Amino acid sequence: MALKEYIGVSEIRGPLIIMRNVKNVRYDEVVEIEQNNQKKIGKVILVNEDTAIIQVFEGTQGLALKEPKVRFLGKPLEINLSPDILGRVFDGLGRPIDDLGEIVSTKSMDINGSAINPAAREYPRNFIQTGVSAIDGMLTLIRGQKLPIFSGNGLPHNKLAVQVAKQAKLKSNEEFSVVFAAIGLKKDDANFVVKNFEESGAIKNMVVFLNLASDPVVERIATPRVALTAAEYLAFELGKHVLVILNDMTNYCEALRELSNYRGEIPGRKGFPGYLYSDLASIYERAGMIKGKDGSVTQIPVLTMPNDDITHPVPDLTGYITEGQIVLSRELNRKNIYPPIDVLPSLSRLMKDGIGKGYTRDDHPNVASQLFASYSHVIEIRSLAAIIGEEDLPDIDKLYLNFGRAFEEKFVNQAFDESRSLDQTLDIAWKLLSMLPETELTRVNKEYIEMYYKK
Amino acid sequence: MKIREINGPVVKVRDAQGVFMNEMVRVGNLGLIGEVIGINGDMATVQVYEETSMLRPGEPVKRTGKLLSVVLGPGLLNNIYDGIQRPLEELMRKTGSFISRGVDAFALDTTKYWEITILKQKGDVVSGGDVIAELQETQSLKHKIMVPPLLGKGKIIEIKPSGSYTVMETLAKVETENGIVEIKMYQEWPVRIPRPVKKRLEPSIPLITGQRVIDIFFPISKGGTAAIPGGFGTGKTITQHQLAKWADADVIVYIGCGERGNEMTEVLEEFPKLKDPRNNVPLMNRTVLIANTSNMPVSAREASIYTGITIAEYFRDMGYNVAVMADSTSRWAEALRELSGRLEEMPAEEGYPSYLASRIGQFYERAGISENLNGTTGSVTVIGAVSPPGGDFSEPVTQSTKRFVRCFWGLDKNLAYSRHYPSINWLTSYSEYTENLEEWFQKNIAEKWSNYRNEAMKLLAEDDRLQQIIKIVGEDVLPDDQKLTVIVSRIIKVGILQQNAFSDVDSFCPLEKQYNLLKIVIDTYYRAKKLVEKSIAISQILPSELVSKLLTMKEEISNLEDFEKVEAFLKEHFDKLDKTYA
Ligand SMILES: Nc1ncnc2c1ncn2[C@@H]1O[C@H](COP(=O)(O)OP(=O)(O)OP(=O)(O)O)[C@@H](O)[C@H]1O
Ligand SMILES: [Mg+2]
Repeated sequence: MALKEYIGVSEIRGPLIIMRNVKNVRYDEVVEIEQNNQKKIGKVILVNEDTAIIQVFEGTQGLALKEPKVRFLGKPLEINLSPDILGRVFDGLGRPIDDLGEIVSTKSMDINGSAINPAAREYPRNFIQTGVSAIDGMLTLIRGQKLPIFSGNGLPHNKLAVQVAKQAKLKSNEEFSVVFAAIGLKKDDANFVVKNFEESGAIKNMVVFLNLASDPVVERIATPRVALTAAEYLAFELGKHVLVILNDMTNYCEALRELSNYRGEIPGRKGFPGYLYSDLASIYERAGMIKGKDGSVTQIPVLTMPNDDITHPVPDLTGYITEGQIVLSRELNRKNIYPPIDVLPSLSRLMKDGIGKGYTRDDHPNVASQLFASYSHVIEIRSLAAIIGEEDLPDIDKLYLNFGRAFEEKFVNQAFDESRSLDQTLDIAWKLLSMLPETELTRVNKEYIEMYYKK
Repeated sequence: MKIREINGPVVKVRDAQGVFMNEMVRVGNLGLIGEVIGINGDMATVQVYEETSMLRPGEPVKRTGKLLSVVLGPGLLNNIYDGIQRPLEELMRKTGSFISRGVDAFALDTTKYWEITILKQKGDVVSGGDVIAELQETQSLKHKIMVPPLLGKGKIIEIKPSGSYTVMETLAKVETENGIVEIKMYQEWPVRIPRPVKKRLEPSIPLITGQRVIDIFFPISKGGTAAIPGGFGTGKTITQHQLAKWADADVIVYIGCGERGNEMTEVLEEFPKLKDPRNNVPLMNRTVLIANTSNMPVSAREASIYTGITIAEYFRDMGYNVAVMADSTSRWAEALRELSGRLEEMPAEEGYPSYLASRIGQFYERAGISENLNGTTGSVTVIGAVSPPGGDFSEPVTQSTKRFVRCFWGLDKNLAYSRHYPSINWLTSYSEYTENLEEWFQKNIAEKWSNYRNEAMKLLAEDDRLQQIIKIVGEDVLPDDQKLTVIVSRIIKVGILQQNAFSDVDSFCPLEKQYNLLKIVIDTYYRAKKLVEKSIAISQILPSELVSKLLTMKEEISNLEDFEKVEAFLKEHFDKLDKTYA
């Protein structure tokens, strides 16, 4: 089909342009807008018989009404793919920015992807060892899971994401390919991530998409989709295990809010559009395993909770879609615990089917459950101690307080370059549990008590 | 008809003379499935159940002349459908692992032969709902082939002999006032219209779930309604899965409405392996799955709960007890909101359309126990998850749902954080069926069922008050009778209310066992109380080994004999104390 080209637009409203008297435009098709030899990309978000509304990814800055050439390409937004994308760096729309030239593509794919047929999914069960005790022991990551990090400004989520990506390995010792999408990230943060991977040599197994804080806001709508399209290609076409890090999804949601505003939509909670849940789901659900395919897509989205508020729409809706969450705590960070993971509000929903007999170590489920129960009791006692003073507590409560401190300092706390095996993690856990009387360990089977308690 | 405008899933169509509301249409060159949701002059508004990307104004729209309907017949069980009843396994065979567009597939397997027993003869007079034939659909269910509900009265003028047929076969011809009607093995029914019954009955039999906090404290009746509200990760889905596994229903319709793909896969992998405790048949044999996950089109999500409940009503009409799980009704409400927004309707609270409450009401009103047209009794129980933003129950969906359901199982974030599962809060939850069902429990399980239950509830309420005090001054300073309340309440909370869904022993707890656990704990309380009154030290009355035994009974005891042993042990302990301090 011949490309349709027009000169001039009818109206510009924020990142949207409106074209009147256009014919045969398709919903969702890509549009190129060219002015003064500068090309921008947009897509059609509403169309009727003679009008099209186009969202411009790079924003409309500098566009004039009369000048731009507008070309309708008749296809959805796609990216070029080939095995050579590994080791490369792209912008937020999937165009190379590392001076290594264009990708000679063997395939191009629609960045919106399509929904995996639920009947075609394979239920994820394989343990990923991240080397981080709090995660492996109590919030186990499973291959094909989507497990976000809920963080706050100034907390070390970048560090943790990098550590997990660097250390992640499967039982089979297979390595992961990493797809990293920076979404509205500060330059320093993005550099920290890329530099770390370069130093460890992991970069050759990695694809990076960069939309930095200074890059166009609307482009952010596309960035996670571009990254996931690359991930799906690596996983389901090339059979690789892919770990996708989307950082920071709060920036993505804010971009969506901005766009929704320009479209004049009715705002929902905190001004975010009512379809934020479905929109986020169209990103997060692009994780998993598929029957008959070797690869997998595991997602670790990172988001910063505005005001550390977990009920804010971004973490809230994310938590409703993902398979758990890893919550970072400002208080632990203040105590110099790294990674400052607060295990109580954290959760990995897929761990129940991927740990224990036949998967990890037999005592793993009991140990995890006991640590949760005991630590949550510690928190109760702490709030009581804050009122009546530690000295007046019964002895058993004092034991719990000691356990709590040791749990944070020895179990949760570890070094950025320290990768613990699962055995090490569970052994530390048993040392800690041995600080408590045996009668307190109601969640552990007798046989494991005999094997590990005070051993 | 031609497309005039495309705005996400909402498409405006011109030259639409003659279409009717809720008519199914095929949109664009791909023939995407859509439904007419508004008509204005010769313009119609259509909601499209598939992605509309790359559609173009001017593309054709075709009428089907049918309301959005489902196909009802043998082969529903064991199957998984999307929100508009397209069979997902079949779609996968046709187009691979990802869902593509414009693909059509008949909801039932048309090639399979079913062994049918014909129950009527030529000359018999039949009317809507009458059973003319039956077949063993799965090991667990006899499928009844019924005369469509609206047929009125008629005489069978032709009927096939018993034998092996596919669903496409016409089994009988019936002569009615309005001419001759062919009766096939399947029938169609528009999803938005409830299937008729003869008479509604009073709920009086519990749906037994094997979950202690529900059966003992907040029971639901067959034909009842319940809502499970809770913030993310508090256990809505696990609770729904538990009910789908263990509830004593004949048929389960599980609707994954705007939730995770992996949760449906989990059911698909697990249910064929799990056995129904009552007949030892794989659970999948009684299950129909509707999977319209969060990343599938929102408009089909809106339709999915109607698809599900219509299938449930069909099995009810055969005289079965059906339980419908909808996870999550909030996602369905959000689909309503999104579509309403695209239609530029005037929003009411939080952007939801003003008809939100009435739609929720209409949905739950389709639950009930009833006398069917054919004289059998059947029921549809509806259990809906609600996902309030920020876990705040004051929002419109939770509030509107509360008006229409009679069980409220409120999940509590703090319980979930401390890994107390199921995290159903025993103070804010309620069941309006408790009284209706008392008689059943007393007759079928134990005369003193309600006494023990009420005593436990009283203790828990008192404990809540004491916990407020403990938070400020610690437990040590409480007088002994209050300490006793706290200890026994802890045993109730940990030893009875907590129930690990993943435990081999405790995932399902038969009513007799529930009763025994409750009885032992409360009897212990009664005897201990007498000793406390004599000022005997608590540590002597309830030594930690004894408490620990009560806490772990649920996991360690599976038969009646062992209960007797525990009772004997307790009796000895208390008799000795009684004697010492007589
Ligand atoms: N009865 C139970 N026994 C053991 N664990 C449970 C139980 N109920 C819930 N859990 C734990 O809680 C986790 C979250 O439960 P679930 O997935 O049902 O939450 P949800 O309320 O459906 O959340 P969402 O709204 O995000 O879907 C489970 O993965 C499991 O670890
Ligand atoms: Mg859920």
